[in-house]
Amino acid sequence: MSKLALEKLQAKLGPKVLETHSHLGDDTALVSADAWHEAAKLLRDDPALDFDLFVDLCAVDYPKREPRFEVVLHVYSTTKHHRIRLKTRVGDEEGEGAELDTITNVWVGSNWFERETFDMMGIIFKGHPDLRRILMYPEFEGYPLRKDYPAQKTQPLVPYRTEEEAGLGLEKVAPFGGDEGMPFGRKWFEKGAGAFGELGDVRGTQEATGPRKDG
Amino acid sequence: MEPIDLDLEEGELELPSEPMHLNMGPSHPAMHGTVRCVLELSGETILKADVQIGYLHRGFEKMCERGTWTQVFPYADRLNYVSPMLNNVGFAMAVEKMAGLEVPERCQWYRMILGELARISDHLTCTGAMAMELGAITPFLWWVKARELVWDVLEEETGARLTHSFGRIGGMAKPPTSQLKELVRNAVPTILHLLEEGEKLLLKNRIFIDRLENVGIISGADAKALGWTGPCLRATGVAYDVRKAHPYLKYDEVDFEVPVGGRGDTMDRFLVRLAEIRQSCRILLQCADRLPDDGPVNVDDPRFVLPDKMDVYTTIEATIQHFKLVMEGAKVPAGECYSYTEGGNGELGFYLVSDGSGTPWRVRIRPPCFPIVAGLEQLITGRMLSDIVPTFGSLNMIGGECDH
Repeated sequence: MSKLALEKLQAKLGPKVLETHSHLGDDTALVSADAWHEAAKLLRDDPALDFDLFVDLCAVDYPKREPRFEVVLHVYSTTKHHRIRLKTRVGDEEGEGAELDTITNVWVGSNWFERETFDMMGIIFKGHPDLRRILMYPEFEGYPLRKDYPAQKTQPLVPYRTEEEAGLGLEKVAPFGGDEGMPFGRKWFEKGAGAFGELGDVRGTQEATGPRKDG
Repeated sequence: MEPIDLDLEEGELELPSEPMHLNMGPSHPAMHGTVRCVLELSGETILKADVQIGYLHRGFEKMCERGTWTQVFPYADRLNYVSPMLNNVGFAMAVEKMAGLEVPERCQWYRMILGELARISDHLTCTGAMAMELGAITPFLWWVKARELVWDVLEEETGARLTHSFGRIGGMAKPPTSQLKELVRNAVPTILHLLEEGEKLLLKNRIFIDRLENVGIISGADAKALGWTGPCLRATGVAYDVRKAHPYLKYDEVDFEVPVGGRGDTMDRFLVRLAEIRQSCRILLQCADRLPDDGPVNVDDPRFVLPDKMDVYTTIEATIQHFKLVMEGAKVPAGECYSYTEGGNGELGFYLVSDGSGTPWRVRIRPPCFPIVAGLEQLITGRMLSDIVPTFGSLNMIGGECDH
């Protein structure tokens, strides 16, 4: 359906389009990694192509290949009703050097998808405004969707940290006291209030923190 | 008597002006699903928002690479757990595209009926929950009652109310029951009646309308660049519906319209979903008329479809076939394909890579609400804190598919 897009890509990028195929009706172009951004821009800006709807971006790991990862982009045109799959290959056998230009300035929707690809496969998108993990937590080690990441692998526990150790020290004192959120009838920490009021200021003592006895 | 603050500077009378940080979520009564919004507020205005997802990440794609192709179905159920049948059908169609199978006509109509029932359930849940988060609990109860009717039909057909695992490569687990048509024809008028009752409570309610109108506006071009699809995109006026643009199953043979909005605000998203329930009911009635009463449901292809149970017990060929299919899995030809269907929230895509074995090499799911939630930050920045609740509700984030 988008043979036109394949032809235009080949005309514009020439030898940087490494291969094309239309297996099962999905038109696919494989471009070299340095032409990634240029190809994406061409797909969006050419009025005859007009790929305006960002669909998907993901990566596939082929451990025995060099370059190892295949980054796959799907886009669609809501005006011309055609779609294309654009692929490129990055990374050496160890998974090092997997770097690619970001296309967040072409389709803004690729922001989260690039974060996810980074999170899952460890591909670094150069120029991405906010490249951090999205589905996993920041302390996670490794990249879970790589084929050499064992599915049974456990992760080290993240040690408990106080706010100060984490660098989030609160300068201000919280605007509420220890009684905050307790029902009014149970505010017996306060001097002169409730059933234990006659005892005076019992804040912090054992009797005061124990359960209230009726009678 | 002089006022006590006479000698104070003007600036000292103002409230502290440094922004306040607020965590909304991950577990917040007005945010359905586990999602966290880290907000920077000035008063009640949102200066900066950071939407953080991933609290429901279960390694779906990794798990799929460890079983057979058929074993993905239970996982697919749990993607969008409000309309599991649409995911089942979506994944089955993706594998069938790769294997070059075409399911019989009866199965296509059957899949449409089950899918549209699931879509109704999805939209009812989203709109109802959104109204409830704004304090209107009665419409929610009305619409959940309607959803129960949908689930009753699905339970009768599949045996499960929520996670059906009913799709199979090349067909469905069971043929349609004999009373399916009657169940559908009985349920549709009641669903429409309950829908209208709930609607009456909301659409003339000044408070409800004021909180929805002109809140969370997005233009069509922005929504497309973000990757929005489904009701949220159609609310901006872009009439992209996979069922119309690229008809699959028998959607080209039934009569239905694609409701679109104009402004792309929360109200539009709400109304588009309500209109789509009506269209789904229309499709359901047409399917009930056209579903053949007999004929095969599964394709006649021993490479993919399990043999009849009676044959398994009595013949050696069927026993071997059954054993190979269960232990090794159906062998899907090597290659890659991207298959897309209209899910509850938009385009549900599956990008599959096969190395020719019985185990998927890569199952990439393109969840429709992942890009939609990515757009939330843009919708709420600069708005009031209370606008998050209706805006977020109208996006229909489903943790299961958003967090994979």
